[in-house]
Amino acid sequence: MCMRVENHVVLDTAPSGRLVTITVDGQPVEAFEGEAILAALLAKGIIINRYTVKKQEPRGLFCGIGQCTDCAMIVDGKPNVRTCITPVRAGMVIETQNGLGKAGA
Amino acid sequence: MLEREIVVVGAGPAGLSAAIEAAGAGARVLCIDLNMRPGGQLFKQIHKFFGSSAHRSGTRGIDIGRMMLDEAEDKGVELWLGSTVIGLFPGNKVGVRHGQDGTAGAFVTVHAQKIIVAAGASENVVRFDGWTTPGVMGAGAAQTMVNVNHVKPGRRVVMLGSGNVGLIVSYQLMQAGCEVAALVEAAPKIGGYAVHAAKIARAGVPIYTSHTIKRVVPDESGRVCRVVIVGLDDAFQEIPGTEREIEADTVAIGAGLKPTTELLALLKCDFTFHPVWGRVPLHNRDMETSQEGVYIAGDTTGVEEANTALEEGRIAGISAAAALGYLSEDEAKARKDEIWARLAALRMGPFGEKREQAKQDILSAFDESRGGLAAV
Repeated sequence: MCMRVENHVVLDTAPSGRLVTITVDGQPVEAFEGEAILAALLAKGIIINRYTVKKQEPRGLFCGIGQCTDCAMIVDGKPNVRTCITPVRAGMVIETQNGLGKAGA
Repeated sequence: MLEREIVVVGAGPAGLSAAIEAAGAGARVLCIDLNMRPGGQLFKQIHKFFGSSAHRSGTRGIDIGRMMLDEAEDKGVELWLGSTVIGLFPGNKVGVRHGQDGTAGAFVTVHAQKIIVAAGASENVVRFDGWTTPGVMGAGAAQTMVNVNHVKPGRRVVMLGSGNVGLIVSYQLMQAGCEVAALVEAAPKIGGYAVHAAKIARAGVPIYTSHTIKRVVPDESGRVCRVVIVGLDDAFQEIPGTEREIEADTVAIGAGLKPTTELLALLKCDFTFHPVWGRVPLHNRDMETSQEGVYIAGDTTGVEEANTALEEGRIAGISAAAALGYLSEDEAKARKDEIWARLAALRMGPFGEKREQAKQDILSAFDESRGGLAAV
């Protein structure tokens, strides 16, 4: 499944960063360096970023500009990273976040 | 502690134009934004702007953004990206989580002689049953995905809200290759400009006025798969038996925006409640708040659009630079008067009049609050 925008009438949608590999929940995923982590995941059809603390409900992209924190994930071991405003770097390890993202939570 | 003459919070149209004006007058300006790239929402506005040639009508927001970035660089504006202003504190101290991205960053405090807050706005939500289901998002979020990140938020979208945001984003989702399954509007008629609505109608998108979303239904993966809409009567009450199911994996909510004002509340700036804009900080014709040396511009002062934000940013930048002695009072006044005249022109017509009135109300409320203090 690829959700990337191509052949746009106004925009040049050619990626500006090089193609790199990141790890998402243990699986290798191709992404463009410098794009938002959230966008790289969305391009592969991954829309759930975290599960809520109390009811374990899924959450994903909601505001897209760093305000709502629904897209927070664990990035290189650090929880609560807003993936919509955090750029991809080669070799990043991304995990779906459960609750507050602490060990055992 | 770091020292800067002027700190601008936000590098959108208002913040950038403030920074450009102030730096152009000779001030040392630091502009801070939490995003990876500056320009705020300009870079998602790929449609041509309306208005007069003085307001770059016919130019796309994305191109205006590029011109402003070049100008900011020319004028020597210092820019911190991926950096979040976490607080404004008494004595003009700006707390910043400084970093190039969200995974690394140190906390630093910057002392600024003048502060300009141009923090923009956030989208309103509509709390139908299932509104937190993955696949439900702000219309602005959907627009950011296709126009900035070049990724489709979903395949088939139901748009809720027919203001200009709902209309324009619906069209831009189609330009990006998404299908728009329906445009749903609670009011009996379309909210935005007819020219935008006509594009949607010509593309064959079903438009449901006097309807709202009753609930969304997720599939096994947890994502939206069906949207249930319902008819509304004249009092906006649901009409039983009018439910209708639409197959869609995405809901975009275009239900307006509210000013981002937390930083100003932290500083205990005076606020008022205005029926057009909600709770907003008071300011004078210099765009200065009740706190001396703290200025505001753009959507933070009350949600409008990019052109008014650009103009208000200019006023804030000129005022702050003049207060530091970089412009004479006469020169600053002449330039600000010119800009206020252009703003009045932008706030004309059926869509602009109520914003002009709201702005006048807020300026008067500021004067009254000052008068009240003077009387004490």
